[in-house]
Amino acid sequence: MEVTFWGTRGSLPTPMQSSHIRQKARALLRAASGKVFKDEAAIDAFLDAQPFWTANTYGGDSPCLQVGLASKEHLLCDFGSGARRLGGAMLGKFGPGAGQTYHVLMSHLHWDHLMGFPFFPPAFIPGNRIIIYGCHDDIEASFRRQNQAPNFPVDFSFLGAKIEFRKLTAGETVEIAGAAVTPKLQLHAGDSYGYRIQAEDAVFVYSSDSEHRIEDEAAGQGFVDFFDKADLVVFDAMYSLADAVSLKEDWGHSSNIVGVELCQRAGVKRLALFHHEPVYDDQRIDQILSDTRRYEEIRRDAYPGHPVLEVLAAYDGLTVAL
Amino acid sequence: MELVERREGSVVVLAASGRIDHQTAEAFQKALEPHLAGCSEGGDSIVVELSGVNYVSSVGLRALRLASKKVKAQKGRIAVAAMQPTVAEVFRISRFDSILPAFETLDAAVGELQA
Repeated sequence: MEVTFWGTRGSLPTPMQSSHIRQKARALLRAASGKVFKDEAAIDAFLDAQPFWTANTYGGDSPCLQVGLASKEHLLCDFGSGARRLGGAMLGKFGPGAGQTYHVLMSHLHWDHLMGFPFFPPAFIPGNRIIIYGCHDDIEASFRRQNQAPNFPVDFSFLGAKIEFRKLTAGETVEIAGAAVTPKLQLHAGDSYGYRIQAEDAVFVYSSDSEHRIEDEAAGQGFVDFFDKADLVVFDAMYSLADAVSLKEDWGHSSNIVGVELCQRAGVKRLALFHHEPVYDDQRIDQILSDTRRYEEIRRDAYPGHPVLEVLAAYDGLTVAL
Repeated sequence: MELVERREGSVVVLAASGRIDHQTAEAFQKALEPHLAGCSEGGDSIVVELSGVNYVSSVGLRALRLASKKVKAQKGRIAVAAMQPTVAEVFRISRFDSILPAFETLDAAVGELQA
């Protein structure tokens, strides 16, 4: 199994600004001062050695993930704006003539998780099949409404692909594209659902848009069980803990601190910070990643026998092999 | 986890010790509670001295947040002071330094809250 992130930003797509590029260029020029690069490989080696934010970006597309499995059918999580590039890449790889099947697990129906669908090229092509799964009753109506005028000029009736909707139930495991998929109810306005995906001796948990009330031990234990020994947990770490328990309490998101605590308790191998706050630039996310790794280190001895938790910050384009 | 009270003028110093985590945070919160009522505009201020605390987790920080929220609603003043380096790191990483005043030393905190 491998997981590719096509969109990692929360709430709203967040394009980079000229001022950000300038900031990166300044940092790189300062670091490169006086150096001579004999070839392209030397340039790449230099760039790889710099802080991530200077030579890269976490990206600005809203949530969309691809779960690579042995199956020829595709498994995706959410239809955020990252779905546009994913769909283009699929067309480039398979061409328009070879019908593909896409299974899409929807966490919830807020716009940032839905907005990529009208721009998902495979939806326009006959022979493709798109099966959209979720636990919300109004999932089909939400997708259809998004494509209706005046929201969008291409109504569902003009889409070439065969599009189906299937209702899932929290706590009930179903087989999708060869994987065992179990949804879990999460705390978020209008409800959201996380997914535990098990296949090929690997466990991946997608848990976005989920607030954790740290005083609710029963709920916390529920997530420890849901994350149990996962190879990778994608976790909503949009806010600092201070914001999550004060100004932004009840806003439906969580923090890096709670992510580390739950994943360490659950014996998780890798934690991916996800649903990045739109106001954070790349340098800020780098700092949050560094801080989170330090917090993991501070607490490392709390659960003897559990693996050391590797912490990463998801970025658009990242692939993690499990 | 223990909480020992002493007074320095109008400042009530509450010295905590041990770990403040999911096993002790509820007791910490309950121990703080009786001191909060008198912490209001024109009344006492509170400094929670953390020099004896070697670890604080999210649920421990939340207990401090609840105390701060109540005191602020009463227009009182509360701060933390004298954190061990690791606890100070957790405070910074969690960004609690943005919602609760923190002082390097107890004297600095008492001096500020006496004023």
